[in-house]
Amino acid sequence: MKRLMNWRLYSLLIMLTLILAGCGKPYLSTLTPAGEVAQIQYDLMKLSTLIMVGVIAVVTIIFVIVVMKFRRKDDRIPKQVEGSHTLEIIWTTIPILLLLILAIPTVAATFKLADVSEMDQVNEDGKRDALVVNVRANLYWWEFEYPDLGIITGQELVVPTDQKVYFNLKASDVKHSFWIPAVGGKLDTNTDNINKFWLKFDSDKSEEAGGLFYGKCAELCGPSHAFMDFKVKAVSKDEFKQWSTAMQNADEQQPTTDLAQAGQDIFNKSCIGCHAVTPIDGRPEAARTAPNLATFGERSRIAGILEHSEKDLKNWLANPETYKPGNKMTGTYNELKPEQLDALTEYLMSLKVME
Amino acid sequence: MHADEKMTYETWPAAPEKATLEAKNKFLGFWLFLGGETVLFASLFATYLALKDKVPNSEHYLAKDLFDLPLVFMATMLLLTSSLTSVYAMYHMKNFDFKKMQLWLGITVLLGAGFLGLEIYEFNHYVHEYHHTFTSSAFGSAFYTLTGFHGAHVAFGLAWIITLMVRNSGRGLDLYNAPKFYVASLYWHFIDVVWVFIFTVVYLMGMVG
Amino acid sequence: MSTLAQKKGFGATLWDYLTTVDHKKIAILYLIAGGFFFLVGGLEAMVIRIQLAIPNNDFVSAGFYNEVLTMHGTTMIFLAAMPLVFAFMNAVMPLQIGARDVAFPFVNALGFWLFFFGGVFLNMSWFLGGAPDAGWTSYASLALESPTNGIDFYALGLQISGAGTLMGGINFLVTIINMRAPGMTYMRMPMFTWSTFVTSALILFAFPPLTVGLFLMIFDRMFGSNFFDASAGGNTIIWEHLFWIFGHPEVYILILPAFGIFSEIFAIFSRKRLFGYSSMVFATVLIGFLGFMVWAHHMFTTGLGPIANAIFAVATMAIGVPTGIKIFNWLFTMWGGSITFTTPMLYAIAFIPSFVMGGVTGIMVASAAADYQFHDTYFVVAHFHYVIVGGVVFAILAGTHLYWPKMFGTMLNEFLGKITFWLFLIGFHLTFFIQHFLGVWGMPRRIFTFLPDQGFETSNMVSTIGAFFMAVAVIVMLINVIMTSIKNERVGNDPWGDGRTLEWSIPSPPPFYNFKQLPLVRGLDAYWIEKMDGKKGMTPAEPLGDIHMPNSSFVPVVISFGLFVAAFGAVGIGDKEAYGIPVLVIGFLITFGSMFFRSVKDDHGFHIHKEDLMNDDDKGGKA
Repeated sequence: MKRLMNWRLYSLLIMLTLILAGCGKPYLSTLTPAGEVAQIQYDLMKLSTLIMVGVIAVVTIIFVIVVMKFRRKDDRIPKQVEGSHTLEIIWTTIPILLLLILAIPTVAATFKLADVSEMDQVNEDGKRDALVVNVRANLYWWEFEYPDLGIITGQELVVPTDQKVYFNLKASDVKHSFWIPAVGGKLDTNTDNINKFWLKFDSDKSEEAGGLFYGKCAELCGPSHAFMDFKVKAVSKDEFKQWSTAMQNADEQQPTTDLAQAGQDIFNKSCIGCHAVTPIDGRPEAARTAPNLATFGERSRIAGILEHSEKDLKNWLANPETYKPGNKMTGTYNELKPEQLDALTEYLMSLKVME
Repeated sequence: MHADEKMTYETWPAAPEKATLEAKNKFLGFWLFLGGETVLFASLFATYLALKDKVPNSEHYLAKDLFDLPLVFMATMLLLTSSLTSVYAMYHMKNFDFKKMQLWLGITVLLGAGFLGLEIYEFNHYVHEYHHTFTSSAFGSAFYTLTGFHGAHVAFGLAWIITLMVRNSGRGLDLYNAPKFYVASLYWHFIDVVWVFIFTVVYLMGMVG
Repeated sequence: MSTLAQKKGFGATLWDYLTTVDHKKIAILYLIAGGFFFLVGGLEAMVIRIQLAIPNNDFVSAGFYNEVLTMHGTTMIFLAAMPLVFAFMNAVMPLQIGARDVAFPFVNALGFWLFFFGGVFLNMSWFLGGAPDAGWTSYASLALESPTNGIDFYALGLQISGAGTLMGGINFLVTIINMRAPGMTYMRMPMFTWSTFVTSALILFAFPPLTVGLFLMIFDRMFGSNFFDASAGGNTIIWEHLFWIFGHPEVYILILPAFGIFSEIFAIFSRKRLFGYSSMVFATVLIGFLGFMVWAHHMFTTGLGPIANAIFAVATMAIGVPTGIKIFNWLFTMWGGSITFTTPMLYAIAFIPSFVMGGVTGIMVASAAADYQFHDTYFVVAHFHYVIVGGVVFAILAGTHLYWPKMFGTMLNEFLGKITFWLFLIGFHLTFFIQHFLGVWGMPRRIFTFLPDQGFETSNMVSTIGAFFMAVAVIVMLINVIMTSIKNERVGNDPWGDGRTLEWSIPSPPPFYNFKQLPLVRGLDAYWIEKMDGKKGMTPAEPLGDIHMPNSSFVPVVISFGLFVAAFGAVGIGDKEAYGIPVLVIGFLITFGSMFFRSVKDDHGFHIHKEDLMNDDDKGGKA
């Protein structure tokens, strides 16, 4: 039994190291809440952990006493006890009380997080004040549509800090789940209905996280489920205003170099059927079968996961299957020659709205 | 009492379906099985209600345009009556009157077959007149699955009762086959009860939209 | 059949097991088949952990990884944990209530063979185009999208083995209700029997929704229906509901028997009556009941709305209360006892802190708003492995050591058993404790690899190392089994010395009729009571007489095989192959034909005569 004790010490040590190692990355971890929703959830996690550590402590104390004290020493037959009503009442009542302490804030939080009434409220001009984003999840990419602003982005969500952002969530092929761990819990994107919820991005915490949060798909959706990441740029309200205006006024961008021109030619031949290059895309959802590339040059990642460099872009274009197995782009265009890759890269990297 | 003992009217027990341990087990086990079947049909009903009138576009017929109530009512009457005739059969089984039991079981089978015939005619009608098929819409899938599961139960029940009747026709009742007849009739009642719910939930509620 | 102890060749033994309807032999079949699938599932687990050891690993491809993770979950739940639990139920429960067999020996055999053929069918998918790849939950939209036949094998295989499980459940219920020995009232039944009883009731009511869900899946994938196709009016959430209405009780179907096994172990090796027996019974029944009220807590993020989420959150927390009652009752069973640290007892002792860990994280994920963070992350993976490994697998390993002598008449080696225990315990905590943190740091579950610079590297490596400890532990256990079988040192009725219930009052292994004379039960822990009164065995409740036994039958194998064939036909129909319909028809003909054969051919069983039983006196123990 000595070894059991040793082992418990060991696990305690491991636990300590972990805790010392920190709470994960500030742009990703649920333990570094960067908004009201994540904060509520973090508080609930702390409360439940606290209660549960208490329960574990009580059990452990009794456990250790029992295991140390009542080992077999002789051949006597112990007294056959039937039970104890007092004890049984104690260990029925106390857990009920503990659970009530947890249940009440749980119910309150559950209702608070589901309150999206502001989405339907309109001001005197007949418009709504709330910022609403329609999220559409597709096999391994995300589309973010701002219906009141009339603009669309792919893969990278841009939101203002310190105000509630409301989301309409749906999937166009199979079920996915929309999750920005540091900012708030997930909600599924179903194929059958639209789910709604809200998130809030805290400006200070966002700064600590470098202004860029990691978003993930949390529901198994196929081979590249692991790579169905997206990024969230949280910017101040003013910056968001600038950005959305720029997006609304962005014309189709004309290439400035010959190489980019060549790239555009290839693009218009092979890619434009699926990918749009302006933030305003009037086509119906069903026709928008690939991410909008209007802001491609300004993105932080390629395909949501790769570094934003020309080299990675070329690799991705040359062989998307290697990087996202099962994606829907593979095989939709002919093999690209090196010079074609150069041209396309030049063109795509030039796609920006903010200059 | 042994199951293979030769019985007479005098030695025939009051509850032949539960006279031996094997019979008691069969009796209880079958009731439990029907409990599981109830959950099975409850799941099918829930699925049907969730998908009722769920069609891809307005060219598809809905429940209120579809159902032929007089026909279904006739089928319902046949099945309800067959439940009653199977009660008569069990009454005669308990009185050790093999011939009358066989007679009433025979009538039960005929009524059940009549029900099945009408149901097949009804399905055929929906398919050809309304293009309401198993694959045409979620509504169609749910409708045919619920009623089809019931229909399959009826067919299985018929095959079961016929097998029992034929197998035992030459040797009369004993404590080995009495519980078999009894649970078969239990099964038949269960099918009947399920149909009452189908008639209410699918057809009557379907008519009011 | 008068010579009860016969020597047989391999062929005869095989035929004996293929046709047996004896609950003890069926238990051994369940143990072997379940053990085999446990090894397969374990191998799949190792593939998962090796792949996740380092970021951007390419040990397996993304598609293959999804197949492995799906099959790991499906195999472990349906083909390993449940059959192994069934093995102990079959081996022990009839003995504990003083019965000569289960209520329906034929159906018992049929249940096993259905499970077996269903499991084999499911695993055939590896060789026929690819295994299912939509997770063990097989959510409908992804399952319909899946390009291979894997999901077809999943739905059909589980349908077949599920039918077998349902039969087993009904069988155990009837056995316990109708076949208890004289004096064995409900409140004198051993805790393992009680948990078998409640588990069987859960099986009876939980499996039909799965049956329906699987049928809808089969129809959608193979016969063109539209249940889950949103464009034709279908709805995929129906699958989620049906699956979890089954799936949550399923968790209790696994854990309640584990509770039962541990209840026996704590009492035996503390030499003390189970503390608070009646509240333990009450808690078991309550857990079973509440188990049906909480399924939607698996769907907190599906978008059912705050009202449903709040109700299901509170209902889920309520289950913590009866579970807590059990934990404290076990602790107080040991309190004041005289504890020996045998291998089964070590597992039982380690079970308490391990399972409490799993239990408290269960309460944490029950908190709906917080679960939006935990759901579908490694936190949940850690939680359910703490419950299922720390609870069910520990119980299965403990039960294997505890009941091995009763099933095979020889003891597993204690030294090797303890090595297995320590390796497994350390490996288990090393693997899964860290995963709680991975989850809250933002690692979703079911990802085939992860990218660097997210802070997941070290922890995943630790987890993988832990998995290897568990693998070594299982290998040591296999060596133990082989060594023990070769040595084959016979043991007596009560090899642990402190047996309390009826199974320890008869030879190990018991003669095929179990009890020559049914025992008279005078209270809880019937055998213990007699021992304390200074008697050597049970007082018989009946004079020595003829015993009625069922005949062996090959029909269960044929019925199950028919469905196995028919399932191939169904896959063929889904692929629009010409062979589909004929094969389906042939399969059903085999099944229904053999059912018809069984129905028209009288089977009255046979009698062991009093004289033979008397002659059998001296060799009864070696039957």
